[in-house]
Amino acid sequence: MTTDQKHASTDRELTGSEILLRCLIEENVEFIFGYPGGAVLPIYDSLYYGSIKHILYRHEQGAIHAADGYARATGKPGVVIATSGPGATNLVTGIATAQMDSIPLVCITGNVPQQLIGTDAFQEADITGITMPITKHNYLVQDVRDLPRVVKEAFHIASTGRPGPVLIDIPKDVSNAKAPFSYPETVSIRGYQPTTNPHPLQIEKLHQAIAESKRPLILAGGGVVTSGSDQELIAFAERAQIPVTTTLMGLGGFPGTHPLWLGMPGMHGTVAANRALLECDLLIGIGARFDDRVTMGRIDKFATGAKIVHIDIDPAEIGKNVDTYIPIVGDVKRVLEVALQDLPVCQSETWLEKLEQLKQQYPLTYKQSDNTLKPQWVIQHLYETTGGDAIVTTDVGQHQMWVAQYFRFSRPRSLISSGGLGTMGFGFPAAIGAQLAYPDRTVISVTGDGGFQMTAQELAVVALANIPVKVAIINNQCLGMVRQWQEVFYQRRYSEVDLSGSPDFVKLAEAYGVKGMRARTQEEARQVWREALDHPGPVVIDFQVDPEENVYPMVAPGAGLDEMMLGDE
Amino acid sequence: MRHIISILVNNQPRVLARVASLFGRRNFNIESISVGESEEPGLSRIVIVTHGDARTMEQVSKHLHKLIDVIKVQDLSIQQSVARELLLVKVGATSSNRAEIQGIIEPFRASVVDVGTNSLMIQATGDREKLDALIELLRPYGIKELARTGITALPRSMQIQTKAHLHA
Ligand SMILES: Cc1ncc(C[n+]2csc(CCOP(=O)(O)OP(=O)(O)O)c2C)c(N)n1
Repeated sequence: MTTDQKHASTDRELTGSEILLRCLIEENVEFIFGYPGGAVLPIYDSLYYGSIKHILYRHEQGAIHAADGYARATGKPGVVIATSGPGATNLVTGIATAQMDSIPLVCITGNVPQQLIGTDAFQEADITGITMPITKHNYLVQDVRDLPRVVKEAFHIASTGRPGPVLIDIPKDVSNAKAPFSYPETVSIRGYQPTTNPHPLQIEKLHQAIAESKRPLILAGGGVVTSGSDQELIAFAERAQIPVTTTLMGLGGFPGTHPLWLGMPGMHGTVAANRALLECDLLIGIGARFDDRVTMGRIDKFATGAKIVHIDIDPAEIGKNVDTYIPIVGDVKRVLEVALQDLPVCQSETWLEKLEQLKQQYPLTYKQSDNTLKPQWVIQHLYETTGGDAIVTTDVGQHQMWVAQYFRFSRPRSLISSGGLGTMGFGFPAAIGAQLAYPDRTVISVTGDGGFQMTAQELAVVALANIPVKVAIINNQCLGMVRQWQEVFYQRRYSEVDLSGSPDFVKLAEAYGVKGMRARTQEEARQVWREALDHPGPVVIDFQVDPEENVYPMVAPGAGLDEMMLGDE
Repeated sequence: MRHIISILVNNQPRVLARVASLFGRRNFNIESISVGESEEPGLSRIVIVTHGDARTMEQVSKHLHKLIDVIKVQDLSIQQSVARELLLVKVGATSSNRAEIQGIIEPFRASVVDVGTNSLMIQATGDREKLDALIELLRPYGIKELARTGITALPRSMQIQTKAHLHA
């Protein structure tokens, strides 16, 4: 194989790998998140001379979650590179995570040279086949001359319409082959033309429904964040006098401090939000997909008395989970802009009063304790000391739900969480990506002692590049959320949830050269957290919390939203 | 209800896999599938016969549209389209019953395309019901091998309610 053809750039011809990097520069890529290997040697060789910053993660999963965190924080596509075979398959979880939450990623994998494809060659994996169901689209590049068009299309597809991950698989011979370079200025893909403008007739129907409604409700999802329409949503809710509940993905899309906000709905939602879903007469879903963590899969008990309006850029979401009275396909921002013109006002005073009462009557609560550290208290403390300005990433589990409940996110893209796939190991690397995008903002990775151990190796990255992420481990010494389910649904048969054998997280941090601290009481917690915020570099804090704590309210899967367990508080 | 979905796609490697895997993943069923060239160079036509209520069919078509390589999706109404399938069937035949078999297949406008010492290969085209009927009539002679292409279809030019399409 002619793997190491050097940069003897003849005339205007460039190698495939040089072309790839030129394309990435054209796309204004700031960072490449990646991990090298045999099939991407030519690409890494070109990178050696290049101007784009590459950071070496310690696992491809860490790299792709970091790229994802960057994308969620900025709205720009994150770029990942991995080698063929195991490098590529290590991306799979990250790709699926991005796909479920509609996050723009461009994933570049090397593959074995084309004459070896299909022969089970060393480190060969059919990554386009493997990722077909979990990408928005993918490409296997067969000719170096196609590369610029493919890269251009990939960025376009990843970041427009309903965003998502796109994978480009580049066989090694294509990286090495030469061709003249020119980057296409426009994209035209016949089979891809997302609808962005709403149909005027549907907006009229929406206005009429609003004018007739006495108990309206907005269910705002990740689409509000993706489309950057938080300001339009505020104006819409305020002018029409409609209360708002935001899904996990929608948190920050509407200010958590706004009087019209009811909190998060669904499985661990607030009483006010869930009662509003049960009793509303008009439900306006905005960039939300009515998934089973909100409806509990009980469509028969979900918003039964309501006309459902569904606004989404993806027509396939409409009618997928609930029957829709007024479907509106379009970019959420465009739809809201249009809907704001001549927007009627609802007769919702009585309804708003009732919901306000429910908010007062059923606030989120937990039992305070003097001798143990309550996880909810820790989360509240992180919130109060950062004033809603921080970017917070979570992992998956109880701590994730407590963040969703106790942080009051005031602006979009400040909560970064794997909502759809629920990927443990996501939060810490995602925080690295977010911090790279915003070096001056406080970035907190709230994580579990279980999930942190899935990608803790990326401590090397924060240490080396002095990326000042604050890792707050909510350490309950067990797989908390699983333990909770075993307590509630399996008569406390705690099967394989004990995390004994975990490392001393302070020492672990220190082993990587990262500052590590521990807190067992409120007083210690206050003190180490202050120190952490003042510390200019990365910090890991082991918050040793009450292991018995549960997330409430809770609705059991398969139960209706009217059957909320409020806990013993 | 039975539906015929006609999908115009880029003639790209893997495009059939994308379409087929979408059906599998979303739990939509496939009764038959056929692929071939279309009127436009570079585009192929995939014809899928499937079952589902109106809601499922709407989902099928919306999800197909999301595939980048899919250019156009049509849900062809059974009444308003011409749907045909090719059947090849090898039946046991002796010199004494060949004429009898000929007599059976004639009304179906089927033809004998290969003759062996103990068998005949018959070719027939038509809609599914017609081919099913022919197979039933041939069954007593012993069906040695059988292959069907799955349905391919195009919408009729005159979109009127008619039964005139019953014979080829
Ligand atoms: C990769 C992966 N494996 C398994 C799960 C199932 N799961 C969901 S929550 C959870 C427990 C998480 O424990 P921990 O990280 O300690 O967080 P806690 O719930 O205690 O806050 C598990 C195992 C998952 N979401 N992701």
